[in-house]
Amino acid sequence: MSDAQAAHLDTATGLDSRKLAIWTFIGSECMFFASLISTYVVYRHRSLVGPFPHQAWTDPATGKVYEAIIEIPLVTVGTALLLFSSLFIVLALYGAQRGNRKMLLGWLGATIMCGIFFVSMQVYEFTHFVHKGLTLQRNMFGASFFTLTGFHGTHVTIGVIWLITMFVLALRKQLPPENAVNLEMAALYWHFVDVVWIIIFPVVYLMQ
Amino acid sequence: MTAHVTTADEHAHTHPTPGTYTKVGLVLFILTALEVALYEITFGEHAGALGDLHLVFVPMLLALSFAKFALVAMFYMHLKQDHRLFSGVFVFPLIIAGVVIMALATLMAYHMAFAKSGG
Amino acid sequence: MATTVLGQDAHVAAGHGEKTGLWSWITTVDHKRIGILYGATAFLFFLLGGLEAEVIRLQLAKPDNKLVTPEFYNQLFTMHGTTMIFLGVMPLSAMFFNYLIPLMIGARDVAFPRLNAFSYWVFLLGGLFLNSSFLFGAAPNAGWFGYANLTSKQFSPGLNVDFWLMGLQILGVASLAAAVNFFVTIINLRAPGMKLMRMPMFVWMSFITQVLLLLAFPVITVALIMLMFDRLFGTHFFVPAGGGDPILWQHLFWIFGHPEVYILILPAFGIISEVLPVFSRKPLFGYAAMVFSGAFIAFLGFGVWSHHMFSTGMGPIADTFFSLATMLIAIPTGVKIFNWIGTIWGGSLQFKTPMLFALGFIAMFIIGGLSGVMHASPPADLQQTDTYFVVAHFHYVLFGGSIFGLTSGAYYWWPKMSGKMLDEKLGKLHFWLMLIGFNLTFFPMHFVGLHGMPRRVYTYPKGLGFELLNQMETVGALILAVSFLVFLVNIYRTMKSGAKAPADPWNGATLEWSIPSPPQEWNFAEQPVVHGRDPLWEAKRERGGPLPEPPLVSGKGIHLPAPSFWPLVAAVGVTLIFVGFMLLPKVGPWGLVIGISTLFFGVYNWLFEPSYTSIPGVKGKSSSH
Repeated sequence: MSDAQAAHLDTATGLDSRKLAIWTFIGSECMFFASLISTYVVYRHRSLVGPFPHQAWTDPATGKVYEAIIEIPLVTVGTALLLFSSLFIVLALYGAQRGNRKMLLGWLGATIMCGIFFVSMQVYEFTHFVHKGLTLQRNMFGASFFTLTGFHGTHVTIGVIWLITMFVLALRKQLPPENAVNLEMAALYWHFVDVVWIIIFPVVYLMQ
Repeated sequence: MTAHVTTADEHAHTHPTPGTYTKVGLVLFILTALEVALYEITFGEHAGALGDLHLVFVPMLLALSFAKFALVAMFYMHLKQDHRLFSGVFVFPLIIAGVVIMALATLMAYHMAFAKSGG
Repeated sequence: MATTVLGQDAHVAAGHGEKTGLWSWITTVDHKRIGILYGATAFLFFLLGGLEAEVIRLQLAKPDNKLVTPEFYNQLFTMHGTTMIFLGVMPLSAMFFNYLIPLMIGARDVAFPRLNAFSYWVFLLGGLFLNSSFLFGAAPNAGWFGYANLTSKQFSPGLNVDFWLMGLQILGVASLAAAVNFFVTIINLRAPGMKLMRMPMFVWMSFITQVLLLLAFPVITVALIMLMFDRLFGTHFFVPAGGGDPILWQHLFWIFGHPEVYILILPAFGIISEVLPVFSRKPLFGYAAMVFSGAFIAFLGFGVWSHHMFSTGMGPIADTFFSLATMLIAIPTGVKIFNWIGTIWGGSLQFKTPMLFALGFIAMFIIGGLSGVMHASPPADLQQTDTYFVVAHFHYVLFGGSIFGLTSGAYYWWPKMSGKMLDEKLGKLHFWLMLIGFNLTFFPMHFVGLHGMPRRVYTYPKGLGFELLNQMETVGALILAVSFLVFLVNIYRTMKSGAKAPADPWNGATLEWSIPSPPQEWNFAEQPVVHGRDPLWEAKRERGGPLPEPPLVSGKGIHLPAPSFWPLVAAVGVTLIFVGFMLLPKVGPWGLVIGISTLFFGVYNWLFEPSYTSIPGVKGKSSSH
C-alpha cells in the first residue's frame, strides 16, 4: 500500500520506515500544537470584551448578560470518548496483528463511532458557544479558543476519515497481519490526537 | 546503528495483553474523573470542600494530565516496548515544544504587563 | 482506480535504460531526477531574485532616484528576500539532499520516492503561485518577515500579503514532507556498515537540517494561519484594537526564523566539509567535533530568536538572556571554522574551482559571523538594527556562506550529475568575479549602515555621504551578475561539447564517486558495504591505486519504485486549497472544495496505486532494463 521497502528488516535500524515516518510527523505536529497552545495561553485573559470562559459578563454598553462559556459536563463526555477510542483502537490493532478480523472490525468500528461522536460534540459545542455570543472575532478568547480546538477537531476529522478507510480495507480483507503496520500508523496518529486533547482539556477547559 | 530487531523479538515477551490495555483505559478514565473533581472542588459547585486549593490546582492538574499523557504514550503508542528511537523522535520535539510554550508565555506576559503600565 | 503510468517497456538508451521525454519527468520518482528538477527550478528562481536585487541596486545607485516607485521598491525587496530564501537557497540545498543523500549512504533511493516527487511539485507550484502575484500588480510588499500589524487588513488591504502568506504555506508543505522523507532515509536506509558516525559530513549536516525543518516550520505555519484568520475572518491575533499584540507575530516568526537561518547554512557547512578534505587530500579534521558542534548549533538555534527583537523593548532580563545565548552559539561555529582550517593545514592543496569557492566560503563566512557577534550585543544592535549593517551581515553569511558553499558543491558534483566536466578556466573566472563583485557589493554596506542608511527605504537624500558607497555597491552587483553569466556560459558550452566525466574526477572519498557519472537509475549495482569513514579512500588505499572505472550494468532484477502521476495531482490539490482561501471572498467555499477534492483524489489514488499495492506473494512491478 505504500512504496517503502518490501521488508522492514532491510533497514539500517530494523524498524519500519513508515512507522518511523509517522512518528517523525507526530514530532513535528508537537510544535504545531505547541504554537497554538502558547497563543491560547498568552491571549485567553486578554479579551477586551466578554463572553469569558469561566465567569459571566455584562456588557456595559447594552446591559446584555453573557454567561460563562465553558461547560464542563459536555466536554468531559467528549474527553472520555476520545480516551476510550484510544483503548479501542489499540484493541483493534491487537486483532489486526493476530489476523483476528472480528476483533479488528469490531473495535475499529467502535473507535470510529467515538471519533464521530467527539466531532459531533465539538460541532454542537461550537454552535452552542456561538449562540452564547462567542465567535472567532468577538474577543481574544474566542479567536484563540476556536482556532486551537478547531484545528484539533480538524485533525480528529482527518483521523476519522483515515480510520474509515482502514475499516473499508479491513472489510475487503485487505488488512492482513503483514499489512498491520498501516493500521499501526493510523493508530499512532489517532493516539497523538488524543494526547493533544489530554493537554487541551485541562489548559482550556479547567484552568482559570 | 545496525541492530536488526525483528518484529517477533520486539513483541515476543513484552507485548501487553488486551487486559493490560483495558486496565490502562480505566486508569485514564479515573485520572480524568480526578481532573474534573479537582476542578469542581476548587472552582466549581463544591469549591472549598477541601479548603482553598487555588495554589495547588495548576500543579496538580498538570501532574494528572502528564500522567495521562505518559500512559497513552507508553502503553497505547507502545513506546515502552518499542525501540528507543521512537521515544527519542517523540520526546525531543516535546522538550523543544515545552521550552517554546514557557518562553512565549513568559516573554508575552512580561511584555503585556510592561505595556499596560506604559513602560 | 486509474492505472499507473508505466508505459511501454523501458527503451534502453546509451546503456542507461532510463526513459526520456516530458512524461517521464512529470512522473519521475527517481531522487536524482527530482534533484535536477529542484536544481534547475531553484536556479531560475535564484536568477529572478537576483534580477530583483539588480533593480534595487540600480534604484539605490544615486540619491533621490526615481527608477522605481516606493511601492514597487517594497515589492522588490520583499520578493528578493522571500525568493532567495524559500525559492533559492532552500531548494538548491534540496537539490543536493535529493541527489546525494541516497548515493552517500549507499541507498537506491529515498525512503518515500513519491513523497519526494510530491515535495518538488508543491515547491514548483508554490513558487509559481508566489510570483504570479506580479501579474496582478500585487507582489508581496511587507518584507520577507511580514511584521504585524503592517500586514493587517487595515494597513495592507490589497492582495499582496495574502499572496505572501498563502505562498509560504504551500512551500511549507513541501519542506515538511521532504524533511520527514530525508529524516527517515538517513536513519533507515544506510548501507551495511554505514554507522551514524561514519556518515559523510554532508549527510550529518543535512540530517540536522531536517530536524530543524521539522521543528521550525510548524511554528510559522501557525503564525501564518493566525495572520490569515486576521485578514480573512476578522480575528484580532495581531490587531491591538481587538486585544491582540503584534509582538506575538515577531516571536512566532523568529522562533521559526532563527532556526531557518541555520537551515540555510548547515547544508553549505556540509558541502564545505566534503570539498575541503578532497582538495586538501586529507581527511576532515575533528569529525566528531563537527557532528556535535552542528547538533549544538541547531539545538541552541532554538534559544536565540529574540536577538531579532532587541529594539522591541523586551526588558533587560530577556535582552541579556538572548544576548548570551547568541554569543554562545559563536563557539560551536568557531569550532567548525578551526576544524576546516585544521583540515587544510598541512594538506596537499588542489586549487580547483570547487576548492576556491570553499576557501572563499570560509573567509566570507568568518566576516559574516563577526558582524553577527557584533549584533549579539543589544546596545550595539540598537545602532545597527534596521540599517545596512544588518544587510551586510546576513549577505555575508547567506551569500558569502550559503551561496559560495552551494556553488562549490555545484562545481564539485557537476561531473557526477551531468557526466560532463565544467571548464576550469571559466570556473576560476566565475570565482574571482563573484568574490570581487560580492565584496564590492556588500562590504561597503557595513560602513553605510553604521553611518545611518536605513533598510527598506527606496531612496536616500543627497548630502548624507551615502552616494559613493552606494555607487560602489551597484557596480559590485553588476559584476556579480556578470559572474553568473560566466557560469551559464560554462554550463552551456560544456553540456554541448565538454569533456566526459569519469566516475571519480577529483579523487573523492565518499560512495558517490564509486559509480558512473551520471549514475545509472538504480545507483549501485550491488549495495556497498562500508567499513569506515571515507570509504573510497580506504578502498583505494587497499588497492594501492585508483579504482577502475565502474562498468555500466544491465540492472536486471533490481527492483525500483515505479513512476507515478499522483504526487503531481496531490500537489495541485494542495495549491488549489490555498488558492481557494484567497478566492473565498469571490467564490465562497467552492475553491476550497475543489482543492480538497483534488487533494483527496490524488492521495487516494497514490495510496492505492496498483504498481505499489502489494498482492501477497507478488512484489510491485520491477523496471527491467
